[in-house]
Amino acid sequence: MDLTFTPAEVAFREEVRAFVAEKLPGDVARKILEHRHIEKDDVHRWHRALYEKGWIAPGWPEAYGGVAWNSVQRHIFDEETASAGAPRLSPFGLSMIGPVLIAYGTDEQKQKYLPEILSGETWWCQGYSEPGSGSDLASLKTRAELKGDKYVVNGQKTWNTHGNWADMIFCLTRTDSSGKKQQGISMLLIDMKTPGIEVRPIVTLDGGREVNEVWFEDVEVPVENLVGDEGRGWTIAKFLLSHERTGIAGVGVSKRELVYLKHIASQEQVNGKPLIDDPVFRDRIAELEIDLMALEMTVLRVASAESEGKAPGPEASILKIRGSEIQQRLTELQMDAIGPYALPFLPLSWGENWVGQRIGPDYAAPLAARYFNMRKTTIYGGTNEIQRNIIAQQVLGL
Amino acid sequence: MDFSLTEEQQMLQDSVERYLEKNYSFELRRSMVDERQAMSEEIWKGMSELGLLGVPFSDEYGGFGGGGIETMLVMEAIGKHLVMEPYLSTVIMVGGLVDIGAAEWQKKILLPGIVNGSMLLAFAHYERESRYDLGHVGTRATLDGNVWVLEGKKTLVMHAPVAEKLIVSARTEGEPGDRDGVSLFIVECDEENLGGQEYPLFDGTRALEVQLNGVRVGPESVIGTINGAMPLIEKVADRAMAALCAEAVGLMGAVYSMTLEYLKTRQQFGIPIGKFQVLQHRTVDMLIHLEEARSMSILAAGKVDSDNAFERRRAVTAAKALIGRAGRYIGQEAIQLHGGMGMTDELPLGHYVKRLAAIDVLFGDATYQRSQFAQLREDTAATEFVQPRKAWKQI
Repeated sequence: MDLTFTPAEVAFREEVRAFVAEKLPGDVARKILEHRHIEKDDVHRWHRALYEKGWIAPGWPEAYGGVAWNSVQRHIFDEETASAGAPRLSPFGLSMIGPVLIAYGTDEQKQKYLPEILSGETWWCQGYSEPGSGSDLASLKTRAELKGDKYVVNGQKTWNTHGNWADMIFCLTRTDSSGKKQQGISMLLIDMKTPGIEVRPIVTLDGGREVNEVWFEDVEVPVENLVGDEGRGWTIAKFLLSHERTGIAGVGVSKRELVYLKHIASQEQVNGKPLIDDPVFRDRIAELEIDLMALEMTVLRVASAESEGKAPGPEASILKIRGSEIQQRLTELQMDAIGPYALPFLPLSWGENWVGQRIGPDYAAPLAARYFNMRKTTIYGGTNEIQRNIIAQQVLGL
Repeated sequence: MDFSLTEEQQMLQDSVERYLEKNYSFELRRSMVDERQAMSEEIWKGMSELGLLGVPFSDEYGGFGGGGIETMLVMEAIGKHLVMEPYLSTVIMVGGLVDIGAAEWQKKILLPGIVNGSMLLAFAHYERESRYDLGHVGTRATLDGNVWVLEGKKTLVMHAPVAEKLIVSARTEGEPGDRDGVSLFIVECDEENLGGQEYPLFDGTRALEVQLNGVRVGPESVIGTINGAMPLIEKVADRAMAALCAEAVGLMGAVYSMTLEYLKTRQQFGIPIGKFQVLQHRTVDMLIHLEEARSMSILAAGKVDSDNAFERRRAVTAAKALIGRAGRYIGQEAIQLHGGMGMTDELPLGHYVKRLAAIDVLFGDATYQRSQFAQLREDTAATEFVQPRKAWKQI
């Protein structure tokens, strides 16, 4: 057992750091570090930089354009890019449908879609949840009926992130409703420009517009866009959700936000002294920092086991729960740190081009919205309560 | 970065586990507590024969040459089996003070005695006013010719009732709370000016209140440098805390397993109570605390021998804080999920929970450690202890 990074790992960190310093666009990094709105093009520019370097798909086999990094290297990469303010890459192509197509896709599907996921030419989104199917995803009702060489899709998807940016959607549909609800589900790849698709934004409590409803009315999908066998969509859906476990903890981003929290707490004054020296607030930060250290060590334990080809132990299943809770606690403390200046709500002022007066310190403006927005982390990707059900039943055998 | 055990570490883990599984039953422990025994000589001898008492020392003293990770493996097994033996006091604390701080000739006398199990020692350090502050030493040592005269009271000296020698910290300069001016002395327990009152702690550990009424010791009894013992004490306290963290992980793992088993077997309303979602979620939260604790115990074990005092202190305070909280959480939840049975003295569970609660207190509880962690500054890290050549000759 050795907790120090090897010389090769240290050298890798240096290489990543140098690349980020050179290629991460400064304006994008500033938006991320200051929690301002980002646009598709901001993410796209970073995606292209990684693509040109050959670093865009660490999770993929090399034969498909992936990078042969082990889990520890990927952790280092995540940490370095997050701390520099790199935007989160869109996961729907790279982390979700890409690996699914590699495992289940036809040769034609692989040739058609994988190169454009890598290059960033095609943006994907996810069609999983429905208004009546949240945690009980298998109860989904969106129908796909085979007519000749086309499926005709009717129904409604919801909580679709960045569907307004996407060219393609991978969609769970019901092709048979005669058996158990997990049977008769099929995964279809659908072009977002197909007639009959309508995307309507859902405004979230922070004022954001990143999630959508997607409506399908007699949408025609070529039969060759079926992934795997008809009726096997549930197996594929589970494969997709279980892919990539360590990244889900968000340690790199949380470490960056902890630094930002300390920065704010050292600027804010209480009775003429920095807030960070107030024993009560200081200890709240300390408790969070210690929990983050424990999460990071747990991620490294999982990564190290994965690097050696071992199956992850029970520690892997806790990453999503603790990772999301820590992300939320960071936003809470950041909001608490600015005190009354959490209150002013001027979304326009978060933009870089805002020329009007800001109320309170510059860093204060987006923090409350971010606190509200980040409530999503314990809900998406399987609510933390569903995660606990899964662990209790599958890991603990209860 | 590598979290797998070496072959040697794996063998150490297997052998301590096998030995305790076979020889250290809960009934044995219960009878020891009932009969006010601090330890079992037979078990101590067995641990010595396995080489466990020499784990942190180099082979020239008969040791195993291990570091924080090896200590962690032993302590985790000690926790899992709720072992009462004075491993922490004799091997980790006094052994650590001697190993890092003593002169070579002192080591040659003391360490082989520890390793072969013939010598039991305890560290008399804390006092009524010190609470968790390691630097608060009020006991005085003054020179009379070339003899040191020790005057004062020490409290909560664990395992001292069975010790033949104590290492006593005393102030040779300055005032209580000063970092400089603390020195360490070896005192024989049969010394006539040394008094004491023996009592049990709530986890069954035997402890002693120590009274030093003009105890006279020669210059050869000094461990380390006069006035400069604090960095040594701090370093060994960190080793002890890392060891306690590992013990706590062993305890928590056992408590968690007992609870999981209980949920699967206890039937109410016609089904195992583990089928109830509200209990499932609480069990998962116990698992989360356990795995976080395990991660932090590994971190503390991996950093406790670091030459960088800031890095060492950061890992140890964080681990002790998190594990103190996790131990409380898991202990309390385990009792609750066992219902009325969790309240009984009959079940081993309560005895595990009490040891966990004791570990939180030792060297400072979660709140104290968190505050220590928060106040650490990279540039004000403790100065390192430098081993003196022939320290005792300075007098």
